[in-house]
Amino acid sequence: MTTSTVVLALAVFGASAVEMVEALTIVTAAGVTRGWRSAFEGAAAAALVLTALVLAVGVPLARLVPINVLRVVIGALLLVLGLDWLRKAVLRASGHKALHDEDAIYARTVANLSGDGDTPTGKPATVSWRHGSRDPTGFTVAFKGVFLEGMEVVLIVITLGASSGHLGLAAAAAAAAAVVVGVIGYFVARQLSEVPENSMKLAVGIMLTSFGVFWVGEGAGLHWPGSDLMILVLVGVFAATAAVLSLAMRKIGPSRQVVAVRAGPP
Amino acid sequence: MAPVARALGAFARFWKDFLIGDAPELFVGTLVFVGVALALRHHRDVAVFLLPLIVIAFLVGSVFRGRSKS
Repeated sequence: MTTSTVVLALAVFGASAVEMVEALTIVTAAGVTRGWRSAFEGAAAAALVLTALVLAVGVPLARLVPINVLRVVIGALLLVLGLDWLRKAVLRASGHKALHDEDAIYARTVANLSGDGDTPTGKPATVSWRHGSRDPTGFTVAFKGVFLEGMEVVLIVITLGASSGHLGLAAAAAAAAAVVVGVIGYFVARQLSEVPENSMKLAVGIMLTSFGVFWVGEGAGLHWPGSDLMILVLVGVFAATAAVLSLAMRKIGPSRQVVAVRAGPP
Repeated sequence: MAPVARALGAFARFWKDFLIGDAPELFVGTLVFVGVALALRHHRDVAVFLLPLIVIAFLVGSVFRGRSKS
């Protein structure tokens, strides 16, 4: 197993785990309030659709498009995604952006589904279900939660898998993450906020950015020194950049504009 | 026709959110990066240092921009 294969599997596993934690929060809220049967069916249906997407898009992409074109396009997509995750993680780590609060998301979803608020469709929730019976609202909320959070995972699996020729491995790493998060979620259910989501997002952002830089370079015809080992060098460079940037942002504090707005009118 | 138009609209919105989102400078940075990578493909010694620096420059700029928006 080469260095790039190991980093690829880690990147897909980490990205998938982060997104699955977010999806699991919504599925748990749907299960607790509207019944587990519909929540599980919704989540399973979304997982099936996502798997079909990987097969329908990923396999033809890997077989039909010239590898260098694929690497430039896919590397660029990875770069956009990785830099966005990295930017948000640095802003969160330095206190410039609120941390992703799974407890708040859980409480909000439970309130909406219990009839205390509006459903995601904008209509008030009605509690007309019985445990064990099928509930369309619970199904829809669980389906949307898993599908929307899983779309980024599908993109990462397809892009990393197709460009490296390891689509099966990428899909297996994503599935493993879903299983691991599912099992952990089963035991900790409502303590998903304990998962160090921002640190995971930072690590995955670093890996996706490194892969993006590497693949665009390879696709453009550039032969990196050390070949695959260059990915580890890039991971080190971007990790150091993120650490220095987080530290610097923490010292700098919020901008004057923001402080003035928070302080209110004189 | 309406469901098809709705689906196409949702598809376009997904890609706009994915590629541009709230940090359009990162999308621009990626385009610049791809352009420079293609231009420097025969100049490995320069590209190896310049390409990661371009990424770092756009990341730092975007984080500072995010700070003023936070």
